[in-house]
Amino acid sequence: MSDTTATATTTTRGGTASNPNKPVLKVGNVSKTFPISAGLFRKALTLTALDDINLTVANGETLGIVGESGCGKSTLGRCILQLIKPDEGSVELYGQELTTLPTEQMRMMRQDLQIIFQDPLASLNPRMTVGEIIGDPLRVFLSKTHMSKAERRKRVIKMMEAVGLLPEMINRYPHEFSGGQAQRIGIARALITEPKLVVCDEPVSALDVSIQAQILNLLADLKDEFGLTLVFISHDLSVVRHVSDRILVLYLGQIVESAPREDLYHDPKHPYTKALLTAIPIADPKKARERTIEGLIGEVPSPISPPSGCRFRTRCPYAIDKCAEERPPLEQAGFNRNVACIRWREIENGTAKPRHRDPTAGASPADTSAASLPDHEGPKAFPTLEPR
Amino acid sequence: MAAVLEVRDLNVTFELYQRQVAAVADLNFTLNEGETLAIVGESGSGKSQAFLAIMGLLARNGRATGEAVFGNTNLLTLKADALDRYRGRDIAMIFQDPMTSLNPSLRIDTQLKEVLVKHKQQTSEVAHRNVVEMLERVGIPEPGKRARSYPHELSGGMRQRVMIAMALLCQPKILIADEPTTALDVTVQAQMLELFKDLTDHFGTSLVLITHDLGVVAGVADRMMVMYAGRAVETGSVNELFYDPRHPYTFGLLHSTTHVEHTGERLAPVKGLPPSLENLPSGCAFHPRCPYRFEPCDQKRPELTSREHGRLAACFYEGEMEREDLETAEVEAEMQP
Repeated sequence: MSDTTATATTTTRGGTASNPNKPVLKVGNVSKTFPISAGLFRKALTLTALDDINLTVANGETLGIVGESGCGKSTLGRCILQLIKPDEGSVELYGQELTTLPTEQMRMMRQDLQIIFQDPLASLNPRMTVGEIIGDPLRVFLSKTHMSKAERRKRVIKMMEAVGLLPEMINRYPHEFSGGQAQRIGIARALITEPKLVVCDEPVSALDVSIQAQILNLLADLKDEFGLTLVFISHDLSVVRHVSDRILVLYLGQIVESAPREDLYHDPKHPYTKALLTAIPIADPKKARERTIEGLIGEVPSPISPPSGCRFRTRCPYAIDKCAEERPPLEQAGFNRNVACIRWREIENGTAKPRHRDPTAGASPADTSAASLPDHEGPKAFPTLEPR
Repeated sequence: MAAVLEVRDLNVTFELYQRQVAAVADLNFTLNEGETLAIVGESGSGKSQAFLAIMGLLARNGRATGEAVFGNTNLLTLKADALDRYRGRDIAMIFQDPMTSLNPSLRIDTQLKEVLVKHKQQTSEVAHRNVVEMLERVGIPEPGKRARSYPHELSGGMRQRVMIAMALLCQPKILIADEPTTALDVTVQAQMLELFKDLTDHFGTSLVLITHDLGVVAGVADRMMVMYAGRAVETGSVNELFYDPRHPYTFGLLHSTTHVEHTGERLAPVKGLPPSLENLPSGCAFHPRCPYRFEPCDQKRPELTSREHGRLAACFYEGEMEREDLETAEVEAEMQP
């Protein structure tokens, strides 16, 4: 991996890090809000996309980040890449702080820090050939003196073969490709600079099932081949389970639980994780019919006016008055795992009982303070979610 | 079980640059009363176009031939105004994106009332009462208030509920749902699927669920039909197809699906790319990607033939299928990525 290290700037590539045990990525107390203009005569609102996020990613690890729409998972991915500047907090790649790095140096860092986007066709320039697209990072990062055009082409062809594209397609344009092939092009472009960390933002969500599986297998192979560290963002828990070593569950901009993969799936501690897991469709008719869905009522509240205290409490079957008072701290809950719920111990030992969702009952008292936006609370009690 | 819809030899073709492209070819199936039939396939398999054709909603360059018999009427021969007597009343359809199916400038109740006023000749007041009742039935809180909202004021899940309410107002015999939960979050999707189950039980509606998601199919459907390149390749009960698939494509789809209960295990997807409808392979359209292709496959097209218990499969190969075969399969050159 040392063939691309020499660059004109003072920043050396992070990959030269001396200590392999050091985390590749360290995100500390990152917060991000977006102003929302509410109209001429209305008060401007603030959308809290990320609220005090801490995480580390070890060398060679795949960290899965899951959550529903609006939970901030994509914003987090973009904050890691400095495509969005976080309001607060630090993002360190191999100990190098990125948030304060001058633009030009940050640019050079990007060869170590790449992203694969969800919509493969939209992320490719329609006027460039496949060869130009995949080779472009090399052109940007390595001036002509470091790599000749012919050499660049050779590298592009090697990368096309690695991602399963036929080299003779090098002069074609993106519109000639299907979604799965376009995603292969996106992956080739991300990997050509031999990055250390790749953020995959919903890389297979737009693809058909069989193509999705091909791309997941490809990512697994490339990870081994190139020694990659991955941050894998997805709303699909079965996909995340398939690829990740460790998983982080986000809800409305906060981490509610983090755990090694198997622990999270076999023994979820946070009520949200529990509900999320039972909501995943199982592609097995018998199991799918046997299980009861620990259904959640309603939908994710708006991040513009999140509920006070624990943000999940408006949908949580275990919520009590105290949940509205303050944000539950992310507590250690076993080896290498954390959970943000003041009742997780009670839930685990069975002393906390889920609220019975009575279809005729009104909204629970906890709901009222969060109901400032119209579609906040969803159906107060969803009759069909009771186990039948 | 009585059949509510019988489709015979349905062909859908589109004229593209003076060429005829077949999106659906020789489709035959029966939808029974009260059952949920899943239509499974990837993009371009013709699963949506088949039902748009039945509903008379094809794009201008599209043409449908064959029969889609509802009651004693072949829907495919009806003109738009005659078809309107059935659409929305006996057969309703909901789409993936609820926002594009709702009129953004009309209040929810205005849009929903129209259905009842038109099909059931109800007065506005009666219709309004029925609308509010149906909104409540599909789990919308404060239905009276929500009825006065505009679509943009509702969240995605709420809008999809409104669509379902609209589709169910006339208590249709058939509800066609085209990827109804694909755009929704997983917890909301779970609510929707439970709602579908409840509603089909309650109203006895036959549900056609068009989807690519085998997880959704497993939980909701009774029977399923797998489509590939415009043709049905296998039909049968959900259990039969999931546990004992007979067509290599069905088998491959099942091994492509990420399964929340299996981990670390490498997926064994069907290799290669789906064919272009403009340039279909000879013989069986799946043969270039098929691990079990043999002599006749590129010459002759296998017909859907009956296997036991009335299940059907369109494949010459009748032997065992193993996961390893998918991994070691060689894809013919033209279908390689």
